[in-house]
Amino acid sequence: MSALLSISGVSKRFRGLVAVDNVSFDVPQGVIYAVIGPNGAGKTTLFNMIAGEFVPDGGTISFDGARIDGHPPDEVCRRGIGRTFQLVRPFPALSVAENVMIGALLHRSDVAEARARAYDVLKRLDLFDKREQPASALTLPDRKRLEVARALATEPKLLLLDEVMAGLRPTETDRIVSVLRELNRETGLTILLIEHVMRAVMALAQRVLVLHHGAAIAEGAPEEVVRERAVIDSYLGAEALA
Amino acid sequence: MSRFVVRLTEDVSRRALTLLVVFFAAMVIAPFALNDYLLTVLILIFYSAYLGLAWNILMGFAGYLSLGHALYVGLGGYTAAALYVHFGIGPWIGLLVAIPVTMISGAIIGFLAFRFGVAGVYFAILTIAFAEFARIGFDHFNWVGGSGGFFLPVKQYAHNDLWLLRGSPAMFYYVILAATVVAFLACRLMLHSRIGYFWQAIREDEGAARAIGVDTFRYKMYAVVISAGMSAFAGVFYAFYYNNLFPEQVFHILRSIELILGPMIGGIGTLFGPVLGAFVLTSLAEVLHAVLAVFGIDVPGVNRVLYGVCLLLVVIWVPHGIWPWLARRLGLTEPRP
Repeated sequence: MSALLSISGVSKRFRGLVAVDNVSFDVPQGVIYAVIGPNGAGKTTLFNMIAGEFVPDGGTISFDGARIDGHPPDEVCRRGIGRTFQLVRPFPALSVAENVMIGALLHRSDVAEARARAYDVLKRLDLFDKREQPASALTLPDRKRLEVARALATEPKLLLLDEVMAGLRPTETDRIVSVLRELNRETGLTILLIEHVMRAVMALAQRVLVLHHGAAIAEGAPEEVVRERAVIDSYLGAEALA
Repeated sequence: MSRFVVRLTEDVSRRALTLLVVFFAAMVIAPFALNDYLLTVLILIFYSAYLGLAWNILMGFAGYLSLGHALYVGLGGYTAAALYVHFGIGPWIGLLVAIPVTMISGAIIGFLAFRFGVAGVYFAILTIAFAEFARIGFDHFNWVGGSGGFFLPVKQYAHNDLWLLRGSPAMFYYVILAATVVAFLACRLMLHSRIGYFWQAIREDEGAARAIGVDTFRYKMYAVVISAGMSAFAGVFYAFYYNNLFPEQVFHILRSIELILGPMIGGIGTLFGPVLGAFVLTSLAEVLHAVLAVFGIDVPGVNRVLYGVCLLLVVIWVPHGIWPWLARRLGLTEPRP
C-alpha cells in the first residue's frame, strides 16, 4: 500500500490564528480515511489546502507522486481529486443531470458520452429519477448526494467529502455509507472524509485522524482512536464509550 | 453535414422546430410584403437581435456583465471603414481584420479582469472604462476623422453590390438576417457543447466550477473573445449601412446600454430571448414614435423612457424575460435561464 496522498508538516495561519498546525499523515491507495475533531479544529481548512483553495503557509502536500500544494483548485481536480463542499454548492438553475454532466465533461468533450456517464453516476446515488429537476428544487439530502455525484463524475482517484452526512437522518446516512463502501470496494476509489457523524465514521473508515486546535492528536484504526484519552477529552466525551 | 443538423436539432421539440421554420420563412419573404420604412425597422430589429445574441454569450452564458460592448461594435466598424476609405479594401476582407482587432481588445480586457479576479460590478465598470477610452481616443484620432466623424463615400448604385455592401435596404436586410441566423445557430451549438456547459457552470457558481476542474480563466477568456469577435460584424454592418461613424455615437455608453436591453427583456441566457427582445423593443419604439407623430408631438429621447418602462414591467412580471414565459405559453420547453 503506497500513499496516494501524503501530507507532511502542513500549517495554515489566519493572521494570529493557527488553523492547522504542522499536520502530517498519509492516505494509502484504496482506503477510506476519516478526519474528525471538534468544530474549529481545522478540518475544513486542511481540506481546502488539499483541494487547492488555500496555499499552505508551510509543509508539503503530495498526490500521486507529485507536489500539489499551491496549485489552483481546477488543476488539483484535473489531477484526480474530486471534492464536495460542506455548504453544498450545486449549479442551481441547471438540471441535476447537467450538474453531473459538467463534471463528466472534464475528461471527455462529447456531450452525449458525458450524459451517459452522468446517468451512471446518478443511478449509483439514487438521483436518476430526479435528473430533469433543477438542482434548486432538491431537498438537502438530495443536494448532498448531488455534490458527491458531481465530484464522482470527474473520475477522481481521491474523493474528498466534507461532512456529506451532516443534517441527514440515520437512514439516509446509512444509505450514503453503503454507497461509498460500494464505490470503494468496486472501483478502488480512495476516500478522505471529514465527518461529525461517528456512526458513519465507525462504519466506513479504515483509518482515522483526530484534529484538535489545528494539531493532530491521534491517528490510527477507528476502534483504537476512540479509546485514546486525548480524543475522549477533547472531542467524543466520556459517554461515547459507555 | 447531417451530423451537424442532428446536433443542432436534438432535444428540440417538433413544435419548436416548426415555429422556428415558420418564423424564418416569414422573415425571408418579409421584404416582398413590406414598404421601405418597415423594412428599415426590420433591419434595426435584426441588428439589435444579432448584437443581443453576441452580448448574451458573455452575460447570459458565462455570467459576466459587459456594459461596454459598444467598444467592439465601434472598433469593428472603424476598422472596416478605415480599410475601405484609405485602402479601398472591401467590407468582407475588412471583417477579417476587424474580427481579430476586436478579439484582441476583448482578450486584453478579459485578461486584465480575469487574471486579477475582477468580477461582478467591477467587471462591468472595467468594460465601461475601455469603451470610454475608445470614445475619447477616437475623438482625437484624425486618421479616421476624429470627433468630426468618419464618412464612407456614398454613390448611387444601379444594382446591389453584395461584395462591397452597397445597395438597397433589402440587400442589407438579408445580410443582417443571415448573420442573425448564423449567430443563433452558433449560440445553440456552443450552449449545448462542452464550452457552453462550462460557461453555465461558471455563471452559476465559479468556485464550484473550479472544484470540478473547469479552467475558469480559460473559458471566461473564450466567452469575452467570442462575444467581442461576433460584435465586430455588427460594427462593420453599421458602418456600411449608415456610411458614417462618430465616436460620440458609436462608442457612447448609451449604445452599450441599448444593445443589452433586448436580451434583458427577451430573456438573458436564453437562445431566442435576444431576438424576441429586439422585436418587442424596436417595434414598440417605432409604434410610439408613429403615435406621437400623429399628434404632432416630437419628444427627443422618448424611446428611452419607453425602454425604462419596458424594463420595469419585465422585472415586475417576468423577471427571467419574456421568452421563458412565452415559451411555456407556446408549449415549448426552453430550459430555465
